[in-house]
Amino acid sequence: MNSTAIASHDAIAADESYLSSGWNWRSWLSTLDHKRIGILYTVTITLLFGIGGAAAALIRLDLLTPHSQLVSVETYNKLFSVHGVIMVWFFLIPSIPATLGNFLLPIMVGARDVAFPRLNLFSWYLFVAGALVTIYALLAGGVDTGWTFYAPYSTTFSSSHVFAVATGVFIAGFSSILTGLNFIVTVHTMRAPGLSWFRLPLFIWAMYATSLILVLATPVLAMTLMLMGMERIFGIGVFDPALGGDPLLFQHLFWFYSHPAVYIMIVPAMGVASEIISCFCRNSIFGYRAMAFAMLAIAAFGFLVWGHHMFVSGQSAYSGTVFSLLTFLVSVPSAVKVFNWTATFYKARVSFDAPMLYALGFIGLFTIGGLTGLFLASLGLDVQLHDTYFVVAHFHYVMVGGAVMGFFGGMHFWWPKITGRMYPEGWARFSAILTFIGFNLTFFPQFIVGYLGMPRRYPIYPPEFQVWNVFSSAGASLLVFGYVLPFVYLMWSLRYGAVAPANPWNAKGLEWETASPPPSHNFHATPVVTEEAYAYARAESPHG
Amino acid sequence: MDSLPFFPDRASTMAGQVDNLYFAWLILSGLVALAVAVLIVWFAIRYRQGTAVDRTVGEGPEHEKKMQRIEIVWTVVPLALFMAMFVWCTEVYYRNVTVPKNAMPIYVVAKQWMWHAEHPAGEREINELHVPVDRPVELLMTSQDVIHSLSIPGFRIKQDVLPGRYTTLWFTANRPGEYHLFCTQFCGTSHSHMVGRVIVMEQVAFESWLSAHSNVPTMAARGAQRYHQLGCDGCHGAQAAVQAPKLEGLFGRQVPLRDGRTVLVDERYIRDAVLLPSQNVPAGYEANMPSYRGQIGEEELLEIVEYVKSLGNATHEEMP
Repeated sequence: MNSTAIASHDAIAADESYLSSGWNWRSWLSTLDHKRIGILYTVTITLLFGIGGAAAALIRLDLLTPHSQLVSVETYNKLFSVHGVIMVWFFLIPSIPATLGNFLLPIMVGARDVAFPRLNLFSWYLFVAGALVTIYALLAGGVDTGWTFYAPYSTTFSSSHVFAVATGVFIAGFSSILTGLNFIVTVHTMRAPGLSWFRLPLFIWAMYATSLILVLATPVLAMTLMLMGMERIFGIGVFDPALGGDPLLFQHLFWFYSHPAVYIMIVPAMGVASEIISCFCRNSIFGYRAMAFAMLAIAAFGFLVWGHHMFVSGQSAYSGTVFSLLTFLVSVPSAVKVFNWTATFYKARVSFDAPMLYALGFIGLFTIGGLTGLFLASLGLDVQLHDTYFVVAHFHYVMVGGAVMGFFGGMHFWWPKITGRMYPEGWARFSAILTFIGFNLTFFPQFIVGYLGMPRRYPIYPPEFQVWNVFSSAGASLLVFGYVLPFVYLMWSLRYGAVAPANPWNAKGLEWETASPPPSHNFHATPVVTEEAYAYARAESPHG
Repeated sequence: MDSLPFFPDRASTMAGQVDNLYFAWLILSGLVALAVAVLIVWFAIRYRQGTAVDRTVGEGPEHEKKMQRIEIVWTVVPLALFMAMFVWCTEVYYRNVTVPKNAMPIYVVAKQWMWHAEHPAGEREINELHVPVDRPVELLMTSQDVIHSLSIPGFRIKQDVLPGRYTTLWFTANRPGEYHLFCTQFCGTSHSHMVGRVIVMEQVAFESWLSAHSNVPTMAARGAQRYHQLGCDGCHGAQAAVQAPKLEGLFGRQVPLRDGRTVLVDERYIRDAVLLPSQNVPAGYEANMPSYRGQIGEEELLEIVEYVKSLGNATHEEMP
């Protein structure tokens, strides 16, 4: 993408940047600037990632031995519930859209802000309110239903703080809906002159597809949680058969949201990976249109496959057959994406900067996560694998291997743009490699122990499974460093990092044509786009 | 390789079939993953920044067409492979859920946090399940509280156990021994304690195990006792003044209902007829049976089911 209206902005003084418009609390908490709101989200979800990660660390420590010697079974049940609730709703769902999406989407379409800046700030307040209610519930004693809240355990039997946690998630859900709405309207109405739909960077396509899911699926979660809360408090009989309800109805409603939610987590990472790969391949993404359509197809098909979570639930064999078939269909666009990324490397000029290492890690882990999803989509095989560690491993490959690698890759790629500082490249490459190794060591053994039959959510397990759990916990200890290191050196770089130029990677895209960090209104004049996305001149290197 | 286990025991007729699916997917997905990895590494090294290799790419409509063909190929080929696997996997699944007619029934009631099993012969056990080798066994299962799931990895089978309804699971164990039985649906505090053993015995040993407590009344006998205690025979009995369906020879028959449906009288129907009689009235009868909801536990209800079943022998063969 090239902008004719903008000259070099290297001359823009640092005090014109969005960061210079004030550092007091008020200037942050009442800001309408999408970039500052992106920062607010980043700080918030980093704290929440810390809570969810600490719970995971305790889980892995406890599972070192088959007898749950570290914590009681009650505590263990609360730990995995906290881990799931926080990581899914308070980290993964908002991770890329609310941070990088908020910061970059308006800039990448050449706009001054999102369509509804006030709504954008309101959505952050909703998110914080939801997080506070949830944290209150955790401090008050926690919840022990798992993040899935299956009825009638959640509605009638659990004596933990189910209602409070559900309320927290319910509130945070509205922040998702408002963010999605804002992005959809922004992409439709605020694209710069010349920026037609098929010139949009794939990151924008990813945000757009994700937003559609956020807006369409999240209300179903809200309804489900509300019905669950009402059954818990007033005893209306919707899910509990003792009250005349149907427990499978809960699962249908829950997965109608929660399966598309997986795509809320992974599609943004696909967008990030596409940006990084094209930049460090100096090549346009192979099959750009196919990539954009694949993301829309994933978003659409994603709504039709929820029943594959219920193959052994008691749903009819015929429903299972249809859901299995549809699941194989949704896997095709995902496969196409992996092949297209691979083809992008052909006759490219590849360099291996830290964001690229993260993106390569993303492809590897997402590929394994996606392929093992096919095992689970297979009716005859899922019977053995369902609710075992095979499932745990599979969705961590997709959601942590895929989404979190994408998040870290994106954070590194755009860090100079966001903060105006460069991070230490050597440490960043080391962290990317460490994360990849630690991740595989943690989660690959879980495929094996899953096929052996080890059930999820078991603090106490037969001793013959221990060896795989020891591998897994050892991997987790590497993974801790993989996640803590970037936090340390990125913070360090804020003060000591080299000052970043406007376009440190020689990358294409409107965000690289404005200063680092960008001025408050992103551009001094509306940019005009005259070329396709990823028009990399083949001779250029990312390093000038 | 006991210290580093990779595969669970193969102790049922299903196990080999499911393992074949697993191996097929391992090979297929392994090849795809390997191809992607090899290509990316090879391209990334060969075309790394600074190497002097030929990077000329075709242009023009001819080239576009070629690229399009490539895209079509790598969309259609995986689709075809996936569809073939879908057919195979679904076929195995239907074999796994279709209960053979001659299966030996065992009744299972799950509750927080234990497994109760009851054999028609009257033997009852907790967290253990004794079964004969080489004979199809059907588990008719229900839960007294929350959702549980019965999983026997050595048999490659699993089925959720729901409150308020019956689900079934069947297997033919083919190797004597002891195997894990897990609850795989999170069911509360002691979920991980809700485990047990399946003990597969030679048929002779199983018969003698069953008859070890020959003084225990059969399930049907216990069911008959409850049937009288609850006063069911006041209406359903031969001398009853009230008009109610007679239960002899009823089990396994197709029966028309007052609302126009025709239902098969199986375990599920008997359960529904006892708990929700007004919604399951046979054609030609008044809806005057009271509901026994809340007055009868799941285990007692299963005994009554077994009693009604015992009144209606010779039924499965008549079914179309």
